[in-house]
This record gives sequence, structure tokens and C-alpha cells, in this order.
Amino acid sequence: MNTLILWFHKIGSPPTFHRIATRLTPWLYACALLSGLVALYGGLVLAPPDYQQSDAYRIIFVHVPCAWMGLFAYFFMAVNAFIALVWRIKISGILAMASAPVGAAFTAITLATGSIWGKPMWGTWWTWDARLTSELVLLFLYLGVIGLYNAIEDRVQATRAAAFLALIGIVNVPIVHFSVSWWNTLHQGSTVRLLGPSRIDSSMLWPLLLMAFATHVWFFASVLVRSRISLVELESGKDWARKVALGSEARQ
Amino acid sequence: MRYGTHTSACLALVRRDLLLSWRRRGDALNPVLFALMVVVLFPLALGPEPNQLARMAGGVVFVALLLAGLLALDSLFRGDHEDGSLEQLVLSPHPLPLILASKIAVHWLITGLPLILIAPLLAEMMYLPRTVLPTLLVALALATPLLSLLGAVCVALTVGMRRSGMLLALLVLPLYVPVLIFAAGACNAAQSGLPFLAPLLWLGAALALALVFAPLACAAALRISIA
Repeated sequence: MNTLILWFHKIGSPPTFHRIATRLTPWLYACALLSGLVALYGGLVLAPPDYQQSDAYRIIFVHVPCAWMGLFAYFFMAVNAFIALVWRIKISGILAMASAPVGAAFTAITLATGSIWGKPMWGTWWTWDARLTSELVLLFLYLGVIGLYNAIEDRVQATRAAAFLALIGIVNVPIVHFSVSWWNTLHQGSTVRLLGPSRIDSSMLWPLLLMAFATHVWFFASVLVRSRISLVELESGKDWARKVALGSEARQ
Repeated sequence: MRYGTHTSACLALVRRDLLLSWRRRGDALNPVLFALMVVVLFPLALGPEPNQLARMAGGVVFVALLLAGLLALDSLFRGDHEDGSLEQLVLSPHPLPLILASKIAVHWLITGLPLILIAPLLAEMMYLPRTVLPTLLVALALATPLLSLLGAVCVALTVGMRRSGMLLALLVLPLYVPVLIFAAGACNAAQSGLPFLAPLLWLGAALALALVFAPLACAAALRISIA
């Protein structure tokens, strides 16, 4: 068998996944915390104040990475949901369900920081502009997935149903992403662009990108921790899971 | 053993569903009464000023009808699931999406169509200008089947749950938001004398897509929750 496929199958087996996740998590958390702190220092102290908004703009170092993460988490969830539904890979379903609460938290932070910034800058906490509304719908979609997952008793069936719902909701992701270019409303267009030059000074850009990196790593760490726990719960009848559970009890 | 053609199976199902709802005709009236009551609440809460009511008339009528449709969704599979015939439908040799499409169509005939018929009365209660009424009816004719189709996918996921009412609202409403925006947007545009064709075309496009994909998605969802 191809080494890559072999590796993929190994990762898909619950005991191996659990072992790798346990080993990776502290490193990921450390990496996220470190780069997050450096990015915060860069954003809050080193970056110069904006010529128009002075220091108030600094909330973008939290707001924008969280907004990216809200979308990325949904995308990650939907891809894993698709894999779980089509190829019935257990780990993918667990990863999808583990990323829903994390993504919901990032989306909620985006909405909250946006409001806090909007009050002094736009003069209002909230406006029914296309991007804000679609971001709110994104949060509702996350809550729907979480609610459906928790409402069904059988874990495997709950995962499949919630994964299906996540797939239906994916239509909203491009709407959120392109809302600022499709509808010209209050929320500004995108400043940082993958293609072509960004319209932001490099002294402000590097903390932003570093923070985006930190939130991504934090997301994966958090998802791994969550999926480890639900994996042990799901496989609680199996030998390896019992060993893991008893092992951690013995250490305490 | 012979199963008959797909058409005959669907026709039999349509006849059965229509007959079942005819035997319990009182139930079909419930969504209509609910929508009526919701609309009555608005003048009572906001005050009876015609100008103020007319400004929000289109939106209020849409929200009332949308909520009524949401409550009616529950009855789509409930009876069939309780007496076990839903499992027989899933197991039948005929394509499940086709069967579900005819079920959704009947459900729309019973719950969606009465809501469209009552819409002029609701609009009159909210002092909607008469000139806007055709736009409202066209938007409703496009929006209510779309709501039924989208709702059917979500309700298929919650089949078999005991208290699914609140959860269903949580699943369905995010998907209803765009429909509401375009449908009520068309009405509001017509009311303020702006061109209103674009949102209606969007609704039509969405309906065409949903007509094709929603029965397929509904079948997949039903297979998950009945597994």
C-alpha cells in the first residue's frame, strides 16, 4: 500500500489518533499562546495608530482573525462532515462535531468585537448590513448543528444528522465571505487580500497575520482536545479506551 | 411480485395523503388561524394607526405566514412515523426522493396554499396598499413552496424525536432567512415604488434549485434519522 494511504488509515484508527492528539495538544497550545502574545504585542504596542481612528482600530487584531476562523471552522466542519457521511470515517465525524462549538465561539467573538468597535466608529452597536446579518446567520447555523447533535441520544446517528445539517448550511459561507463585495453597505470591504497587494501597511499586517496563525493553531488544539474526549466516550466499551481512562485516573 | 410504476405509486400516495387530511379537515385550518392571530397581535401591540401599520404590513404578513408554515412542518412526517408507514415508504422499491417530493407537494397544498389564500385578508388587516397586493401574492406563491421544501429537509432530520419543536425552529429559521429577505424585500420595494422584479427572480431561481435538490436532500436526511 502507498505510504500516504497507509498513514491516512493509521490516523483514522481511534487509538492512534488519540495517541497523536494527546502528544500534539500541549505543543499546539504553547505555539498558539506564544504567537498570539507576540501578535498582541505587535498589534497593541508596536503597530502605529491609525491616522483616522487612532487607537480604536486595534480591535481588528482580534476581530479579523476570529472572523476568518469562524468561516474556516465551518469549512473544516463541513469537509469533515462530508467525509464522515460519504466514507463513514469515525474520526471525521468526531472532528466535525468538535469544531462546531469552537467555530461558534469564534463567530460570537467576531460579532461581539465588531459591536464594541461599531459603537464609537459607526455610532451604533448593530446595523442590519449584509455582512453582519450573514455572520449572525452563521452563528445560528452553528447553534443548530450543536443543538441537533445534543438532541439525539445515539451518538453515531447524532453525528450523521448534525453533519448533514452542517453540509446544508455551507451555502452561507460564500455569502458571508463575499457579502462585502456583492452588497455595498456599511461594513468595509476586505483589506487583506490573498491575490494582489493588501491595502494595509506592513507594520499592521504582520501582527494580523501572526494572530491569524495563532487562532488557527488554537482552533486545532481545541478541536483535538474535544475530539479526544468524545472519542474515549464513544469507544468506552473498547479495551484501549478503558486503558486510557483508567490510566489518567491513576495518574491523578 | 410487481410493484407498479413510479407514477402509480406517487399517485396512490398523493391520494392517500389527501384523503387522510380530508378526514381530519379541522387540522388543516390550524396554521391559517395561527397566522391570523399573529397578525392580529401587531395592531394591538403597535397601535391602530394605519400609516404605521401599512409601512410594516408586508414584513408582518410574511413573518406570520412563515411561522405558521414552521409550525405546520411538524405534521409532514409525524403521523407516518408514528404508525410505521414512513419506514415502509423508505423501504419501498420506488425512488425515495420522488415519493418525498409528492409528499411535500401534498403538504404544501394543504398548509401552504391556504396561507396564500388568506394573505389578502391579512394584508387588508395591516392596511397594505392595494397596489402591492399582486407582488405580495406572487412572492408568496414562490416563497411558500420554497419554505416547504427547505423545511422538509430539516424536519426529516428530526423525525423520531419527541420534543422537536424548538429544535426544528433553530434548524429551519437560518435557512428561511434569505427567503424572507427576498420575499419581503420585493414587497417593500413595490410599496416604495422601486423595481421589485430582481428579488422575485431570485426567489424563482431558488425555488427551481430547491425543487430539484430538496427532495434528494430530504431523502438522504430521512435515511439518516430512520437508520
